[in-house]
Amino acid sequence: MIKKLVLSFPVDATDRPLVYDLIRVHDVSINILKAEIQPGKTGSLLAEFEADEAKINEAIAYLNDNGVLVSPVSSKVSYDQERCIDCGNCVSACFSRALTIGAPDWKLRLDPERCIACKLCLKACPLKLFKIEFADM
Amino acid sequence: MKTYAEINDKIKSGRAVVLTAEEVSAMAKELSPGEIARKVDVVTTATFGAMCSSGAFLNFGHATPPIRMERIELNGVRVSGGLAAVDTYVGATDCNPERPAYGGGHIIEELVAGKEIQLEAWGKGTDCYPRTHIRARVSKETLNEAYLYNPRNAYQNYNVATNTTDQVKYTYMGTLLPKMRNAAYSTAGELSPLINDPECRAIGLGTRIFLCGTEGYVAWNGTQFHSTRPTNAHGVPTAPGRTIAVIGDLKRMSTDFLRGVYYEKYGTSLFVGIGVPIPLLDEEMAHRVSIRNEQIESTIIDYGDGNKVLGMTNHAALRSGEIIVNGQRVRTAPVSSLAKAREIAAILKSWIERGEFLLTEPVRPMPTGTSLRGLEEKEC
Repeated sequence: MIKKLVLSFPVDATDRPLVYDLIRVHDVSINILKAEIQPGKTGSLLAEFEADEAKINEAIAYLNDNGVLVSPVSSKVSYDQERCIDCGNCVSACFSRALTIGAPDWKLRLDPERCIACKLCLKACPLKLFKIEFADM
Repeated sequence: MKTYAEINDKIKSGRAVVLTAEEVSAMAKELSPGEIARKVDVVTTATFGAMCSSGAFLNFGHATPPIRMERIELNGVRVSGGLAAVDTYVGATDCNPERPAYGGGHIIEELVAGKEIQLEAWGKGTDCYPRTHIRARVSKETLNEAYLYNPRNAYQNYNVATNTTDQVKYTYMGTLLPKMRNAAYSTAGELSPLINDPECRAIGLGTRIFLCGTEGYVAWNGTQFHSTRPTNAHGVPTAPGRTIAVIGDLKRMSTDFLRGVYYEKYGTSLFVGIGVPIPLLDEEMAHRVSIRNEQIESTIIDYGDGNKVLGMTNHAALRSGEIIVNGQRVRTAPVSSLAKAREIAAILKSWIERGEFLLTEPVRPMPTGTSLRGLEEKEC
């Protein structure tokens, strides 16, 4: 299975090479989609974990033991549906096809599973209705 | 043949048959234009998109002692100081360059929403207007007049935008990804007003329309009115053609159909909701409103590379989500709201069905034989 996860690193993150251990020790295939890590500050990593469920859970437990918070990315993307006018500007920018619009009703749809948190929708929305918590961490 | 008077009599007595342009296009698959002209009296068209050439005239009223406002700011945004003492025009794209994400479009939306706006103005002081500075809060309640006057709206068949360069381009057609990873289109297709009356037989000066939630009027031909573009086999211009200037009472508008917006690295604009009724005076008009998306062809322009023409496509293809440009499959998305345009067409239809909205015959037709001039840089 593939799980898209946001890893939040504490300020005093361990010196252990965590991602290396995930791959070598826990046998998880990792695709890093986005990394925001600065020395001495909290950091975050958006990554796809590919392995069977047991291995992914072991990997998450290992990260938690090392002070890294792990949360599924799906809860991180949102927009103000009340104010949305279904113009499609965000859809145009969304190359991962998380945002779609089309027949029959031409209303905006968001599939959080497909979101790679590229943040293009934040800029593309002319009403500035999008929030990605990952970007604020 | 029907006259405006006959159609209005039917509207007044609640007998008028009104369809949206999408409904009539579907009907045209079964019925001939002649049958449609006999059956249907009015077709409603609509669009809801960003229209940068929009703005509002405001009159603040005179303070005591009075001031001749020569430099005017609304919420810190400089607006026109060139209209007598207490009039201004706030354009949708007016902004303070220091904070470009807020501008005229937002101010207009806030006025419509009933919010207070900070007014600050300066004058040099004259014998009849001695004051040199004023600060006040204004709203649609305090303004004498507030009316939208948009010099260029509802463009007939706007271009499809894409980008062949290897850089993201931030434009008024939205975010254009590198190497044609997307293409954006901004028209309501078969529902679009000037596509359904391509030669402006019914749309002229004085045409009563739906404007941002209330009634408005076509005030003039829009600026950049181009009436000699090449047309396709279905009589539709294949490049941006005619436009309309519209006017309406801002105090009666709704933010459901008027929104201030900001385009990244471009600036502010205004989403404007327009609905135009087309009377089916004869078979020819019935034929025109029967136009379908696959019969509307638009020009694909490279916004990354000097507005180069890359080819043509049609609106059925655009709505399918993918077009082919130079042999490459390109993902498409709209940048104007079809959902809102449909809502507007349905509201206008209900106004006419209930006898609340009568049609007007143009007091002057739109110009013919016009084209566009560029700006020649003459030495001075």
